[in-house]
Amino acid sequence: MSTSGSENHTNYLNDGYGVKSWLLTTDHKRIAILYMISITLFFMIGGFFALVIRLTLLSPNGTLVSADTYNKMFTMHGVTMIFFFLIPSIPAVLGNFLVPMMIGARDLAFPKLNLLSWYIYVLGGIFTLSAMVLGGVDTGWTFYTPLSSGYSHTNVVPTVIGVFIVGFSSILTGLNFIVTIHKMRAPGLTWFRLPLFIWAHYATSVIQVLGTPVIAVTLALVGFERITGVGIFDPNIGGDPILFQHLFWFYSHPAVYIMVLPSMGIVSEVVTCFSQRKLFGYRQMAFASMAIAVFGFLVWGHHMFVSGQSVYAGMAFSALSFLVAIPSAVKVFNWTATLYKGTIRFNTPMLYAFGFIGLFTIGGLTGIVLATLPVDVHVHDTYFVIAHFHYIMVGGAVMGYMAGLHFWWPKITGKLYPEGLAKFSALTLFVGFNLTFFPQFILGYLGMPRRYHIYPPEFQVLNVLSTAGASILGLGYIIPFFYFMWSLRKGKVAGNNPWNAKGLEWLTPSPPPTFNFDKTPVVTEEAYAYPEEDLAGG
Amino acid sequence: MTGHTISRNRYFLIFAALIVLLVLTISMAYVDLGPFNIIIALTIAIIKAVLVILYFMHVRYSSRVTWVFVSAGFFWLLIMFTLTMSDIVTRFSF
Repeated sequence: MSTSGSENHTNYLNDGYGVKSWLLTTDHKRIAILYMISITLFFMIGGFFALVIRLTLLSPNGTLVSADTYNKMFTMHGVTMIFFFLIPSIPAVLGNFLVPMMIGARDLAFPKLNLLSWYIYVLGGIFTLSAMVLGGVDTGWTFYTPLSSGYSHTNVVPTVIGVFIVGFSSILTGLNFIVTIHKMRAPGLTWFRLPLFIWAHYATSVIQVLGTPVIAVTLALVGFERITGVGIFDPNIGGDPILFQHLFWFYSHPAVYIMVLPSMGIVSEVVTCFSQRKLFGYRQMAFASMAIAVFGFLVWGHHMFVSGQSVYAGMAFSALSFLVAIPSAVKVFNWTATLYKGTIRFNTPMLYAFGFIGLFTIGGLTGIVLATLPVDVHVHDTYFVIAHFHYIMVGGAVMGYMAGLHFWWPKITGKLYPEGLAKFSALTLFVGFNLTFFPQFILGYLGMPRRYHIYPPEFQVLNVLSTAGASILGLGYIIPFFYFMWSLRKGKVAGNNPWNAKGLEWLTPSPPPTFNFDKTPVVTEEAYAYPEEDLAGG
Repeated sequence: MTGHTISRNRYFLIFAALIVLLVLTISMAYVDLGPFNIIIALTIAIIKAVLVILYFMHVRYSSRVTWVFVSAGFFWLLIMFTLTMSDIVTRFSF
């Protein structure tokens, strides 16, 4: 295997420079870069909507935008961030780049399908962006019926068509990963030698393949009812609005695990590398990933405790929801145990991983609060829920993405980012995040409902704190954007393995050659085979 | 897939079976059997789906891992129906 550290070797970045060489590429690494650019664009658009929301909430009178515009802002923030940023973020960018490299393969099993998935993503994005440009949509990202299917006069149909289309991109990515992981592992790389990043992506792919068709069909039915007037979800014409919620959440609750499972995979890679320790309880961690994927499909009714769902079903969903806490807690405890007596380095990816563990724990524990049926009746549709899921999705999923981006940036680009500035930005992001969302727990508990642009004056101080936090959080995202761009030209050459990490992707040059490995690697050791010190001496 | 080929006659046989089942579905719609109409219609639909999956999608001659994933698809469908029905059949009973 080549161990050349020279940046002048032929690699996937200098193997063709024309626009065509990028737009028609079937190289998983280039497709990952195409996805990275696309999701960053959508992150900025979604971030703009968040900015308008937070600026509006600075004042209790909602003076910045009208109620109707505010409805559109939170809807388009949710739609953009969930379907066009969070769901594709780690799988389509880091997963695409790393899954073949981590298992010693030349590419994914279906490279052309991989490129097709990006084009489908772009097509879905164009539909949804068109809906925004044409005036937006105001149903909430949840598209609840009968508002979405009958009463909303905004651009529901183009938006749901966009979400419908982008789902197929997600299915293709998941399918590609499942087949690749089954069929293309390097000699010696048995299932229980796989990095947990791979296990996490396998579990995520199962959710993508089994869950996404349901949201696609459900949204198609909304469009069908809206266009034809055939009663499916509208009770006035014989439909059942709660059926929509069942079908919607059957996908959309597991979708949370599409976002957070890959982050968990990243945290496992980062924590082991920056503590130079074997992962504590490897097999339990692998099984926990699969358990989260399966249990995640049994709990969706906890979104519907006050929607008219049967109270008996509510009790069953409440009890089932507690199940997810078990594998999630296994992961948190095992990461913590991994650190024990490790040689810990506080590099930027590790700071983000620590951020993930802490914030995900808060998000997870407040999830238990919300899964408790009688408590949820009190805090349902309040800012408590907003704070909870942002702790999971931003504090968890995005922190993980940032950890992964920093960890593998030297591998992706061959360049190092400026470590001091990156640490500062990680801390800025952590402080900004907590200042934005922690006050929202209190606001929600005190009774401030979500999705209103006005609120009682006594809630203003906490809202101002939240908006102030959001501006710091925004800074925490802008700084990395600039230093990553800077590092492409001015960053130090990274070498093959700047972090002294284990894993096949670190054996190949940075940036990797087009087909990843000069010779197919043979795996002879477990994952995370960092040298162990004797712990017996205490 | 294991590379097993299905004869052309088998394809025509399955196609004929699907057409017969389709005619049966349409015919049954004109006979009022009360609640049994939906049961019969769904049974026929399931038989048709199984035929398509086994033969037209070649699952019958595929590897075990393909069987596992096909079964998982049905299992997930079962989860969706069961938990949704847990609401619908008990919604008005308290």
